[in-house]
Amino acid sequence: MTDSPQMASGAVKHHGSDMFEGYPVDTADTAGDQVVTNYTINFGPQHPAAHGVLRMVMELDGEIIERVDPHVGLLHRGTEKLIEYKTYLQALPYFDRLDYCSPLGMEHSYVLAIEKLLDLEVPARAQYLRVLFAELTRICNHMLNIGSHVMDVGAMTPNLWVFELREDCLNFFERASGARMHSAWFRPGGVHQDVPEKLLVDIGEWCETRLPRLFGDAMSLVIDNRIFKQRNVDIATVSKEDALAWGFSGPMIRGSGIPWDIRKSQPYDAYAAMEFDIPVGTRGDCYDRFMVRVQEVYQSARIIKQCLRDMPSGPVASLDRKVVPPKRGEMKQSMESLIHHFKLYTEGFHVPAGEVYVATESPKGEFGVYLVSDGTNKPYRCKIRPTAFSHLQAMDMMAKGHMLADTTAIIGAIDVVFGECDR
Amino acid sequence: MTNPAPLVAPREGLAAALEKLLGKDLLAHVQAVEEDSITVTREAIAGVMVQLRDVLEYQQLMEIAGVDYPDRPERFEVVYHLLSVTKNHRLRVRVSTDEATPVPTVVPVWPNAGWLEREVFDMYGVLFSGNPDLRRILTDYGFQGHPQRKDFPLTGYTELRYSEEDKRVVYEPVRLAQDFRNFDFLSPWEGADYILPGDEKAGGTGEAPGKGAPSPMTAQQVKKADDAKAAPPPTPKTTDREAQTGAGKSANKAAAKPSKDGAKAKPAAKAKTPATAKAEKAPAKPKAPAKPRKPKGGDA
Repeated sequence: MTDSPQMASGAVKHHGSDMFEGYPVDTADTAGDQVVTNYTINFGPQHPAAHGVLRMVMELDGEIIERVDPHVGLLHRGTEKLIEYKTYLQALPYFDRLDYCSPLGMEHSYVLAIEKLLDLEVPARAQYLRVLFAELTRICNHMLNIGSHVMDVGAMTPNLWVFELREDCLNFFERASGARMHSAWFRPGGVHQDVPEKLLVDIGEWCETRLPRLFGDAMSLVIDNRIFKQRNVDIATVSKEDALAWGFSGPMIRGSGIPWDIRKSQPYDAYAAMEFDIPVGTRGDCYDRFMVRVQEVYQSARIIKQCLRDMPSGPVASLDRKVVPPKRGEMKQSMESLIHHFKLYTEGFHVPAGEVYVATESPKGEFGVYLVSDGTNKPYRCKIRPTAFSHLQAMDMMAKGHMLADTTAIIGAIDVVFGECDR
Repeated sequence: MTNPAPLVAPREGLAAALEKLLGKDLLAHVQAVEEDSITVTREAIAGVMVQLRDVLEYQQLMEIAGVDYPDRPERFEVVYHLLSVTKNHRLRVRVSTDEATPVPTVVPVWPNAGWLEREVFDMYGVLFSGNPDLRRILTDYGFQGHPQRKDFPLTGYTELRYSEEDKRVVYEPVRLAQDFRNFDFLSPWEGADYILPGDEKAGGTGEAPGKGAPSPMTAQQVKKADDAKAAPPPTPKTTDREAQTGAGKSANKAAAKPSKDGAKAKPAAKAKTPATAKAEKAPAKPKAPAKPRKPKGGDA
């Protein structure tokens, strides 16, 4: 981009624009010309389309974006520092509060990291339950994102419909864990409690009937809609090379046409036994990212059905009493259980010294946990790899040359949540 | 493998390839918990990354993490996590540095390193030479200090609130209604390497009391222990008569006596040890007055 003032062929003179490159330009001022200088605006920190507290300093040339400088950290709560002062189990609920739209997806990476360091075996039923609820979380997350994305570009109705489905998901979480959002249900060694049989039946029915019907209806309003396409097709096109270089993951990298999914390539829990497809985009624009998410919802429903079909019975958490506390009933009968319970809820379990980086396919992309243990009951360091950090950083690259109004579509397609980005 | 963590197959011939590719820049290659991590020289990091990306096909930089080890001469570790989507493998690359020595930037290799390095700079104060935009990223505008360092207190130094008088947000030194409590749950019986409070006499060996192998018993001790086991139990204690219970008139009388000192119901029958004599002479020491709570951190 050249910074020298250029003269358009018309009567308007632009400063700092590369729009008219290739045209014969005359840099001399002529009488009667209008002079338009670039100006800088603040997008946010409180903006309904920013999906949280995002401040973007934008340099505009008319309505064309010249430069974007996202300022993040307005929701920084020092999660990583706090975790260093908590035992491994006490640190778990912090993960719910990172990406509060997909809490169980965040917990998943953390418990897997601990289990990897402990080399802890997890019973099959717990693995299936975790996959089932991770996929339910994916649907829940995509409902929020798809809904707000279409609303950001002007459609109201689909948002209201898919929020119904999100509400269903939250009800399922509540029935499994007692909490709608901050479940703290995945635990090192398994899950906290078994689910009632009726819940599994209801989830199965929901996947067969309500989800495809309501979601299909909502999507039929947007995916072929002319206005929706005009707002998304060819907006913020990212090539495969750029997607790799900028560290994209999840629907963002798949939207650019790279079939990379950690569930497939580095299977964890029971994903190795699941059959599902990886939807990929062809052009790498906002519309592709949106459609990848729409297809992922159907694939998640497919995985959920397989989980329900194949789920074995058995314990829902490891029986290693040095890691997983015993149930209350057991505690009333056995002195040893009482001791284990007391020790695990005060001192907590010790994790062997070492370090591990575990990344899972969270609904938004690769969510990683880099855990350094010094052999005590508290993590020495817990670095959280947020998905949004890399994506938001590419905002400047993606938005350059687009209109101001396209920013909302681009942010919507990134699927950014600041609890996770700012930590 | 038994744990359910993401399954990454080990990469064939990685050690040899790294050795050949990096030569003397490769300081160490460790395989632990099914993960490969290498340590490289700090000055060569940018060149190493280009090699790893272009030759060994680690296309993506997923993460840069800082870790603080205050005891080391070069206290900070900067840990890069690379991902190869074609070889389906992850590699951890680490360099170490201190507060003053900058690490060469990898922004020319991966553009997304910009923010990741900014975060390490913000949290640890590690400098990255060549980073075009090394500003703070997560902390507040005008923040001072580097919060992830181990010597930075969890509570921080400043807090902010909206002041009704000034009609703006004001920054003040942190004042906690209750001191920050950090409980030590480490079991002293499992090799805590400090002396228990009040057990300073145990010696400064740094070893927990009672640790180590027990000294072998002599033959005499063994016999004594055996005899103790074999000996018939003494006459079972009964409470048939009042005298056997320890209650009764004499006990009542003893109990009614006004005691001078709660701790010493029986008046000094034994010779006073210097410690007790001193304790008696000195007036009952009042408990140390509760220290007025000072605000944590540096107040102006």
